[in-house]
Amino acid sequence: MDRRQLLSLGGLAFPALGWAQTAASAAGRVLVLVELKGGNDGLNTVVPYAHPAYAQLRPSLALKADELLRLDGALGLHPSLAPLVPLWEKRELAVLLGLGYPQPNLSHFRSIEIWDTASRATEYLDEGWVARAMSAGLRDAARFTAEGVAIGSASLGALSGANAVSLNNPEAFVNQARLVRPAQAQGNAALAHVLRVESGVLQAAEGLRGQGAVSMATEFPAHAFGQAVRATCQIVAGQKGKGGVPVFHLTHGSFDTHRAQLGTHANLLKQLAEGLAALKAGLVEAGAWERTLVVTYSEFGRRARQNQSGGTDHGTAAPHFVLGGAVRGGTVIGTMPDLDRLDGSQNLVHTADFRQLYATIARRWWGVNPEPVVRGQFDLLPFLDV
Amino acid sequence: MSNAPSTRLSPADARHLLGRTGFMPSPAETASWVGLSRETAVDRLLGDALRSQAGKAPPSFVGEPIRPPLRAQADVEARKEVLRQLRADTVALAAWWLQQMRETPTPLAERMTLFWHNHFATSVQKVRQAQGMYLQHELLRRHALGSFRELLHGMARDPAMLVYLDGAANRAQAPNENFAREVMELFTLGEGQYTEQDIREAARAFSGWAVDRETWTARFRPRQHDGGEKTLLGRRGRFDAVDALDVMLDQPAAPRFIVGKLWREFVSPAPDAGAVDGIAQRLRSSGWRIDVALRELLLGAAFWAPANRAVLIKSPVELAVGTLRQFEIQLDSAVPLVGITARQGQMLFSPPNVKGWPGYTDWITSTTLLDRKRFTERLFRAVEQPRMEMMQGAAATLGVRFDAEQWLKPLGAWPDREPDAAARDKLVEAVLATAPVHPVPAGTVGLSYLRALGLDPAFQLK
Repeated sequence: MDRRQLLSLGGLAFPALGWAQTAASAAGRVLVLVELKGGNDGLNTVVPYAHPAYAQLRPSLALKADELLRLDGALGLHPSLAPLVPLWEKRELAVLLGLGYPQPNLSHFRSIEIWDTASRATEYLDEGWVARAMSAGLRDAARFTAEGVAIGSASLGALSGANAVSLNNPEAFVNQARLVRPAQAQGNAALAHVLRVESGVLQAAEGLRGQGAVSMATEFPAHAFGQAVRATCQIVAGQKGKGGVPVFHLTHGSFDTHRAQLGTHANLLKQLAEGLAALKAGLVEAGAWERTLVVTYSEFGRRARQNQSGGTDHGTAAPHFVLGGAVRGGTVIGTMPDLDRLDGSQNLVHTADFRQLYATIARRWWGVNPEPVVRGQFDLLPFLDV
Repeated sequence: MSNAPSTRLSPADARHLLGRTGFMPSPAETASWVGLSRETAVDRLLGDALRSQAGKAPPSFVGEPIRPPLRAQADVEARKEVLRQLRADTVALAAWWLQQMRETPTPLAERMTLFWHNHFATSVQKVRQAQGMYLQHELLRRHALGSFRELLHGMARDPAMLVYLDGAANRAQAPNENFAREVMELFTLGEGQYTEQDIREAARAFSGWAVDRETWTARFRPRQHDGGEKTLLGRRGRFDAVDALDVMLDQPAAPRFIVGKLWREFVSPAPDAGAVDGIAQRLRSSGWRIDVALRELLLGAAFWAPANRAVLIKSPVELAVGTLRQFEIQLDSAVPLVGITARQGQMLFSPPNVKGWPGYTDWITSTTLLDRKRFTERLFRAVEQPRMEMMQGAAATLGVRFDAEQWLKPLGAWPDREPDAAARDKLVEAVLATAPVHPVPAGTVGLSYLRALGLDPAFQLK
C-alpha cells in the first residue's frame, strides 16, 4: 500500500515544489548503497506487529508493539531505528516492502552475487549492475573522479567492473597513490587486474587531491559504519567543481544472526540508524542531500520462524530503506509478504523484485535505459520525486 | 619420464615450484633445487612437509588453563579485560605462526595449514577463545597433508568450529542449520550440489553436539540428538554426524570440489575439468590422502605449463613472509606483520566469513594494493638506509636486518653500483615471477634497483 497516495487523497501531502528547478543533472547525483552484510532480519526491522502470526513465529524474538516506532496501523520500525524517525517525518525516508527474487538462493555468497550483478538466480554474471549502468550511458554523462568508491570493504560488489576504487581514508589514499605509475593494461588476467586497479587509483587520486582541506562540522559516530559515512561526506563535499563520484558502496554488519539475535540486531540497527542520520547531516552540510539517494540492501532476509537458539536462519524477502532529499518519503511502498503463506523452506515469498529497485534508479535517477542494467523489463517503484 | 633432461629443474622451474608451494624462495634456496627431476623435487617437498613439526614453541598462553568465557564475567570491566586479553592472545598467536612461516625449512607444511584455515574458515571474532583457535590450528597442522576425511571429521567436532557455525546450538528440539549448510556449500560439495531439504536433514544428523566451555571440549549429548531416520543426498538412514559427513564424501562432487580448490591455490584460477577428474579419482581411491592429490597436481603438465606461470596473486601473508624469505631479511619480531597483513586483508585467525578469504584478484583493491606497495617501499627504505631509518624509528618498528652485499654478490651485483646487463637479468629472475612492467631507469643502483622491482606491478604475482 502506498501510504502517500492515501494521504494525498486527504490533501495532506505537499508536492516538493522547487526541487525540480534546483535539481542537479543526472551526472551530479549521488547514490549511496548500504549493504547490510550477512542477511538482515527484515521482520524485526520493519515489523508487521499487527499480524497475529508474527508473535507466534517468534516466541522470544518478537518485538512488542508498544516498543515499536509505528509507521501505520500494520507496521512499525525496530526501536533502535529511532534516529531515522525525523527523516520519516520529513518525508525523506520510504520503506520498500518484500524485496527478493524468484527461486531464492540461501547461500550468503551466491545470493549477494545475484543482488550485486542483478542476475537471475540461475545465471552467473561477472559485472556489477552499476557497471552496466555506466555502459548504458551514465559513463558518457561526466568525467567522473571515480565511477564508484567502496569505503571500508575489500569487495567492490555492485561496483565490480566499473572504474571504481576502494579506500578507507581519502587523504591517505591520495598520499599513497604516489607509489603507482601509469602503465598500459597488459599481461595475463592477474596482471591486467593489478594494472587496472593502478589506473583507477591514478585517476581517482587526481580527482580527490585536496580532499584533506575539507573539514566538516557534522559529528560522525565513532563506529566503523559512522567513519565510512564520514569519508563519504568528505568526498562528496570535496568534489565541488570536479568530476564527482556517482556511487558509493558502504557495508555494515554482520547480520548473520543464527543465535542470540536480539541484542546483536538491536545494536547493529542502532549503528545503522546513527550512521544514516549522520550521512544526512553531513550531506546537508555539503549541500548535496537534495541530489543524493541512499539505498539499503542485503543478500536476503531471515527465516520467518525463529530457530531455537534465539536466532534466525537464512531467509528470503526483506524490506529495505530508501532515503534522500529527492525521495518521496513517509511512505510504505509495496506489499508485506504474507506471513500465513510461506514457501517450501518456510520462508517469505517476495512481493517485489529487487531489480525493480535498480530499474527505478537507472531510469529515474540516472536517466539511462534500465533494460541492459537489469536485463529485462521491470515495473518501476514510486519512491522518487524526480 | 622423470629422468628426461627436459624435466630437470631450471632455475626458473625451481623458483616456480618453491614460490607456489611455499613462500618466495631466496636465490640460495632456489639454487639447491636446480637440476633435480620434477619427481624428486616434488617427493622431497611432500616428504619434508609430512615430517615437519612446528619448530617454534607456541605462545605460552596456549598451555594455560582454558580462559573463562566472556559471558561468565561479572561486570563490564571484567568483560573488557577478557576482550583485551583475547586480542593480545590472538596477535601473539598470529605472530607466532608468521614467524614460523618465516623460518620454517618446510614451507609447504605451513602453506597447507594456511590453505585449510582458509577452507574451514573460523574466526576468533565469534569464537572468542584464542586457546581454542590454537587447538583448531593444531588439528589443521596435523592433517594438513594427511587424510581429508579425518580432517573433516575432526573439524565437525572441533570446539571452535562448533561455536563458529552454531553447531553447539543445534539440538533435536532446536535445529540450527548453519553448520549443515556451510559444510556442504563450502567444505565438501560446492553450491548447487544439494537441496534445502538436504540441509534440514543434515542439520538433524549433526544435532546433539555441545561445547563444554570450562574444558573447551566437544561433548555428544545423545538426548539432544535427533536419532530418527533422515534422507540425505538420496540416502536413507538413522544418520549421525559421522554418517552424514561420509554420505557427503561419497558424492562424486566432493573430491572434485577439493581438487578444484587445490588447483586454484597451486596451479591457476581456471581448473581443467578433465585433469581435476583424474586427480579426484586418485584422491578418493587413496582414502582421501591429500599428499597423493597434491603430488598428482604438482607433477601434472598444467602446473609446469608456461601459460600458468605468474598467473596467481600473492596473498598478504605470502607477500609479507615471502618478501622476507626472498631477501633473507631477518626481523626481531613478527608482531608488526600481524597488523601489516591485516591491513592488506588477511588477519590470521580472523577470516572475513565462513567462505574464507576469496583470494586471487580479490586480494588487489586500490586500498590493499597501496598498502602492499607501502609495505615493500618501507621495507626497502629501511634496509637501504638503516642508520637514518633507525633514528626515525621506521626500521625499528619492523626490526629488520638485511645483508645486502651477501645477497647481491652471488647474482653479480653490489649495493652501491648499477648492475650490468647480466646481473640485471639475474635480479629480475630472483625477484619477479615474470618480466617487469616498468623498465628500471638507467642509473639506478643496487638496493634502489631492488626497491624498483619490489614496487613493480609484477611483484604482486607468483
